[in-house]
Amino acid sequence: MNPSDRKYSKEHEWAKTDAKGLVVVGITHFAQDQLGDIVYIDLPKVGAKIEQFKKLGEVESVKAVSDIYTPVGGEVVEVNKAVSEKPETVNQDPFEKGWLVKIKAANANADLQKLMTAAQYDTFLKTEAH
Amino acid sequence: MAQHNSHPFQSHYIPNTPKDRQEMLRAVGVSSVQDLFADIPKEHRNPPLDIPAPMSELELKAEMSALGRLNKDIQSNVCFLGAGAYNHFTPSIVKPLITRGEFLTSYTPYQAEVSQGTLQVAYEFQTMICSLMGMEVANDGMYEGASSLAEAALMACRVTDRGDIYILDTVNPSYREVVETYALPQGLNVKTVSTSNIKLPDTAACLLTQYPNFYGYMEDLAAYKRLTQEKGALLVVSADPVAAGMFKSPGDLGADIVTAEGQSLGVPLSYGGPYVGIFATRQQYIRQMPGRIVGKTVDAEGKTGYVLTLQTREQHIRRERATSNICTSQFLLALATTITMAALGKQGLRQVAELCYQKSHYAASKISHIKGYSLPIKGVFFKEFVVQCPQPPAKINQRLLEKGIIGGLDISRQVPNRMLLCVTEMNSRQEIDALAATLSEFSK
Repeated sequence: MNPSDRKYSKEHEWAKTDAKGLVVVGITHFAQDQLGDIVYIDLPKVGAKIEQFKKLGEVESVKAVSDIYTPVGGEVVEVNKAVSEKPETVNQDPFEKGWLVKIKAANANADLQKLMTAAQYDTFLKTEAH
Repeated sequence: MAQHNSHPFQSHYIPNTPKDRQEMLRAVGVSSVQDLFADIPKEHRNPPLDIPAPMSELELKAEMSALGRLNKDIQSNVCFLGAGAYNHFTPSIVKPLITRGEFLTSYTPYQAEVSQGTLQVAYEFQTMICSLMGMEVANDGMYEGASSLAEAALMACRVTDRGDIYILDTVNPSYREVVETYALPQGLNVKTVSTSNIKLPDTAACLLTQYPNFYGYMEDLAAYKRLTQEKGALLVVSADPVAAGMFKSPGDLGADIVTAEGQSLGVPLSYGGPYVGIFATRQQYIRQMPGRIVGKTVDAEGKTGYVLTLQTREQHIRRERATSNICTSQFLLALATTITMAALGKQGLRQVAELCYQKSHYAASKISHIKGYSLPIKGVFFKEFVVQCPQPPAKINQRLLEKGIIGGLDISRQVPNRMLLCVTEMNSRQEIDALAATLSEFSK
């Protein structure tokens, strides 16, 4: 269920390095499913510098508001306007069209090392997340 | 009544009988109520209280009425005092409607959606406030004007992600203190700036202003808007809702957040409260707005319904990360202002404002022609204005009070011998003439 081309955090974010070497960040299928219908997403401005596991933004569903933490540290270079305008995109396609930001990582390799593989995340969901 | 007084634990307000009490005492294993207090050292138990003997309800009412008559109230005196709390007319329809059982509650009910009528009033309150202030969204009320302004400052800090609050020195000094009380413990900075020299740095979250200002005069909000916009700060306006009935609205002049004290709209002067705060902003900032918002929607059958909306901003869902610790409103007072606004209508409110404007200008003109008196501030004022007096206002006010006139606020602390006078639609020409006649006794 969780794509193996990326890494995962315990806070249910994913991080994937794209062709340009930027790290694309989003929330997982599990996260969007737990939140329910997402109505608003608050993301940082382009240029914001955020350390790994610090607050990246907020996602508001009909049930709750939750913080999003960045799985890698660095500078935000692109924000997905599509999810700001249509937050439901994150519910519909959390792993592709529903990405949130692209980050120019300061220490991509070291940060990604601290994250889980898809297989580890699957196990994590089964054992710890419930 | 005498037999009740002889026994401290017997009263017709306590439903259980002496027999009930004996049974309860037996069940817990003590012989008297006094035994329940045995753990308190005897010398600290029921110490004698040096208070007068109890009174009957009839006696008590007479006593309280006599005490009440010692007050210099506006029923038996003429009032020219304002400075934040105003003597305006309340339509007779307000009291019978707000005291109806269906409406008589201080708060938004806990099961809010069950009380559709209450929510509909809140929705109409928000709609009228938006229309009056020229804003896009309003909440269903705050505690009062000062804390509304403070909440606006906090909101501006959230919106801009900055921590420097700039406040003009022409804002009500009590409001400025409340802003500091709210902001300083959160690590935010509050800086008071003079209207003659406003310099905003890039770190400014907002500029807090008053419309009309504390001294009654209108300021150039459009210029403040250019200033704040240039620095990416928000323009916050604490407005007199009655003035907004006549002057161009704060929203039309560029305000990002408008707050107000709603007391002028149908809430009596009563020792400073309870009052009701007004809070309105732009749609784009709605998620950062404090307080409750009532929305209009349709139910499964397509019927109109009212619901509390955007509750995820609120502390009962988001706790420490909520936009504010306010989780209620002054609903009853908001109801009074809603009924007042509905009873007056747009034209009626304009008429009230015009009466205030004309009468205060009549008074100002009359006073400025008395030898020794002058109007030190030039500009457009609404219902309040500053008078430079020939003698200390404390002395003048003493004499006015002897004649049944409550004079203006003594602002001699800022500039010697200055008084802030307020004239509303409630003041007749005769009253204004009587004020002027007494003032002329102090003429040089």
